[in-house]
This record gives sequence, C-alpha cells and structure tokens, in this order.
Amino acid sequence: MSEVKYTKDHEWLNVDGEEATIGITTYARHALGDLVFIELPEIGRSVSKGDDFAVVESVKAASEIYTPVTGEIVSVNDNLQDNLDDLKEDIDTGWIVKVKMTDAGEMAELMDKAAYDEYVAGLE
Amino acid sequence: MRYLPQTQAARKEMLDIIGADSVDDLFHQVPAKAMIDGKARLPDHKGELEVERIMQSYANQNVDALTNRFFLGAGVYYHHVPATVDYIIQRSEFLTAYTPYQPEIAQGTLQYLFEFQTMIAQITGQEVANASLYDGATSMGEAALMAMRITRKSKVCLGNNIHPHYTEVLDMYLSNNDDAQTYEAAEDLDKIEDDTACVIIQSPDFFGKPHSYDAWRKACDEKGALLIVVINEIISLGLLPAPSKADIVCGEAQSIGVPMAFGGPHLGFFACKKKYVRQIPGRLCGETVDADGKRGFVLTLNTREQHIRRDKATSNICTNQGLCALAFTVHVGLLGEDGFKQLAKLNHERACDLADAITSIDGVELVHDTFFNEIAVRVPDDKNAHDLIQTLADQKIIAGYAADENTILIAATEITTDSGIEALVEAMKEAL
Repeated sequence: MSEVKYTKDHEWLNVDGEEATIGITTYARHALGDLVFIELPEIGRSVSKGDDFAVVESVKAASEIYTPVTGEIVSVNDNLQDNLDDLKEDIDTGWIVKVKMTDAGEMAELMDKAAYDEYVAGLE
Repeated sequence: MRYLPQTQAARKEMLDIIGADSVDDLFHQVPAKAMIDGKARLPDHKGELEVERIMQSYANQNVDALTNRFFLGAGVYYHHVPATVDYIIQRSEFLTAYTPYQPEIAQGTLQYLFEFQTMIAQITGQEVANASLYDGATSMGEAALMAMRITRKSKVCLGNNIHPHYTEVLDMYLSNNDDAQTYEAAEDLDKIEDDTACVIIQSPDFFGKPHSYDAWRKACDEKGALLIVVINEIISLGLLPAPSKADIVCGEAQSIGVPMAFGGPHLGFFACKKKYVRQIPGRLCGETVDADGKRGFVLTLNTREQHIRRDKATSNICTNQGLCALAFTVHVGLLGEDGFKQLAKLNHERACDLADAITSIDGVELVHDTFFNEIAVRVPDDKNAHDLIQTLADQKIIAGYAADENTILIAATEITTDSGIEALVEAMKEAL
C-alpha cells in the first residue's frame, strides 16, 4: 500500500515499502515555465536527505531538485530527457528517480496531500 | 553612472559579516614581496613632459624582445603579429564592444566569438569550445574543477611535466576545497587511482617534449578518470596530431595574434566533448536562426553561468578575453588552415636549426630529442644555467629560461633568424 508525501521544496514522493518514487509537483512545474533540459543522476549514487540529485533548466533559470530522504538511487526515468513535457505530478510517467530509503523515520517530517495543499495556498 | 560611496560604518558591517579585520585583510593571499609597504613612492605631481620623461626612463630599463636576441619561451612565445590584426581589432565596433547579452545589437561580436570557438574546436579536435578564458593557467584550473564535478571524485593527477605556474594556479583553485588534492604521476600510468577525477597531460610538456595520449586514454577509461590535455603553445597543433581523444583540451593561445605584453592579458582556450557541454565554464556562443529564418548568433546555455546560477554556476572566476580572442580569430582567419600548418612547420624548422647549432657546442646536449619549437638544453655540470643566462643577457641575448641549475629552455619561432642563432651559439661558446 503506497502513500504520497510532499515537501516544502515542491517535490512529491510516492512511498511503497522502502522505495520512494520522487518527482516535482504541479505547483513547481508551473513555476518553472518552459523546460529545456533535465540533468539526471546515475543509478547507484548514494544521496543524503537535502542533497540535490537533479537539475531542471527552463529558458531563464536552473533549479536543483533535492531529495527529502536518504538512500540509494535505484532507478532513473531516462525517458524525461527527450520528453520533458512528461515531467509532472504523475506517478507513471512524471517521476524522476526511485530511491531505496535507509531511514523511514525521515518520512515523518513530510506533508500529506491536505497539508501540502494548505501550504501552497498560503504561498499564493 | 552613479557613484555609490561607502561609509566607514557600512565597510565595518561588511567586514564583520565576512569575518575580516580590515580591507587589507582581503588581500592576504598576495605575497608580501609583491606588496608596497605604505603608499606607492610617487611624487605628488609633475608636468606632462616630466611624467613622459620619467616613464620613458623606466621603460628603458626593460630588456625587450625587439632590441635583443630573444629565445625565451617557457609558456609565453614571441611571434609575429601582422599589422592587419592590430588594424582590424582597433575598429571601434570591435574594440569598444561590451558583453553581448543583447544579440539583436551584438551580432558582430557574437559572430567572431562563434568563429573563434569553431577555430579552437577544429584545432584541438574537440566538439565544443567556449568563448575563451583568462589564460592557460586558469583554463587548466577550470578543467580540473569540471572533471571533479563530472566524476564526483576529488584527486587530480598531474601526468607529466606541467608548467609550474599552471600547477600553482591549480593549487590556488583547489585550496578552498578540503577534499581536493593533486599528486604527480611522473609519466607512470599505474599512478591513476580509483578516486582520480582526471589526469592532466601537457604537450609539449614544460621541457618542450611532445606526448602521445593513447596509453593515457586507455588507463583513464579503466579507472573512470577524465583525460585533460593542456597546450602551452597552440601553434604546435598545426604540426602535431590534435588531442581528439581527450575529454577536455585547454591552454594558452597567446601565440596567435597576442603580444607577450609582460605576461598578460593572454588568451585561455577551453574545448571538450559535447556530452560535457553543460559543465563547461564561461561564456558560450551558439548559432541559431531568427524569426525570418536568417542565420544569427546568441549566447547560449546561460543557465550554467553566474548571473543566473549564482553559487551553483560552473565557474564564478571567469570571463572571456574578448579582444584577445578577436585578435586570434583575425590572425587565424588571415593564415587559413594551410597558413597555420606552414607557420607550425616553420617554427619546428627553426627549432631544428637551433638544436643543431646548440649541440655543436662542446659539453652541451639536448635533454630529449623530440620537440616542437622549444628545446631543453643541458649545460656542463660545472656551469650554472642562471649565471649563463645573466652573462648572455649582458650581451643583449635573452638565451632562455633556467628550468633548473643545469637546464635551459630555449625557444625558436618564425621570428628567429640565422644570425640570431649564430650570435647565441658564439656567446654560449665564449661563456662556457
């Protein structure tokens, strides 16, 4: 049974057991504008909570994407490189990486959908 | 332009934030011997004519390449700059142009930068080149940092005899990175380690010897390290094979179109494989089409750069050398591919003549037989290279650079004459 969590940096995580699928939220996607490039990490890289693991570039800005959980990158969505429009809040096509987590306790600091919606509403 | 003065209070606040005691504290890296204690020893005021006379008397103390026999190289080379180069680069459209951020009004500047990049890419056998960097030494520092970013490793292997000024600048680049370290391999391929980010090979090396890269390429691939080739004398690539197998080729292009000018400004170049283009430091110009489908030029991949990426920029200590890059582009344009190759051949022929003449002196030998336009010469053990250079300098012959107590680096270029070589050899015979 998976559950979806959100961060203040506008990433979403779909957590299934010890594996977290990570992407960026609709809010982040709209804020970035027209995307031109995504720099993806290599499989097998170890990441700590707060590390940046990918970079998305729009015409006028480049933004790092941070992992809210510690672990190892076990899967990368290479499809995004040629299909940047797929980068969205969609578990099937829009994810960026899958991380095998080593500390499930980190999940407690993340928001659920209702809390994230409220957080975003507060930003606008 | 507005003048924005700072109050003492504002200065103190800024110093407090960055943890410095005084403004002088900000310059602590400048060696003490290069600093003047107190104020510069200058008179308060003089008339224009007197100032000219004083400055001329200072200038007369210079030992210059025009009025002396000149064989000094060691990273900066004395070449002919055609008058047409100076004429063209002084056109005000080129000379006063500023950073071409607005492509709609900067097509001339952008086009020559694009042509410069194309020339550098073709000469180095690489896929992309940037619009230049400060000089050869900083380009090597940037190359090492880029290799560390790409490989996420922290050791920099100095593969062979690299210019000591370049390694000094590299050390400065890495000095604030606690993980980074450099080590020397002394041409031993087995010295590449698993955590080696890159191997740097200079060719021709500091002692003028050209190197091949095939074995290094293979050894680097086995350890997942990048291969960086540094070129001091870019004219050598008119004769030697382009280092196309390297991941990054960087170095100094002063030899084409740029005078020695007491050591700068010079012209750093930087080229690499296309797959690394987003990690390249500095400015990059690209070709595009406008709304009407006409060919045009723009600065591209700006998101790597400091004005957008801030602290995450690929480099925060670089710019391009616009005017020097223009001089290079004009000179190579005048030479063409054949002319560039002929110039390289001429340089090598002059060096061969020099080597033949020098080795005719008893007790003098070449350190190695292969060279491009600079030879390393060993003088007898009981003679001192520094003393010899001083003795010859007193006779208006600048013989070269003392690489150590018994070794002199002697360069020949298209400027070197038969009578110059003869004078050098006679004076050396006399002095030895």
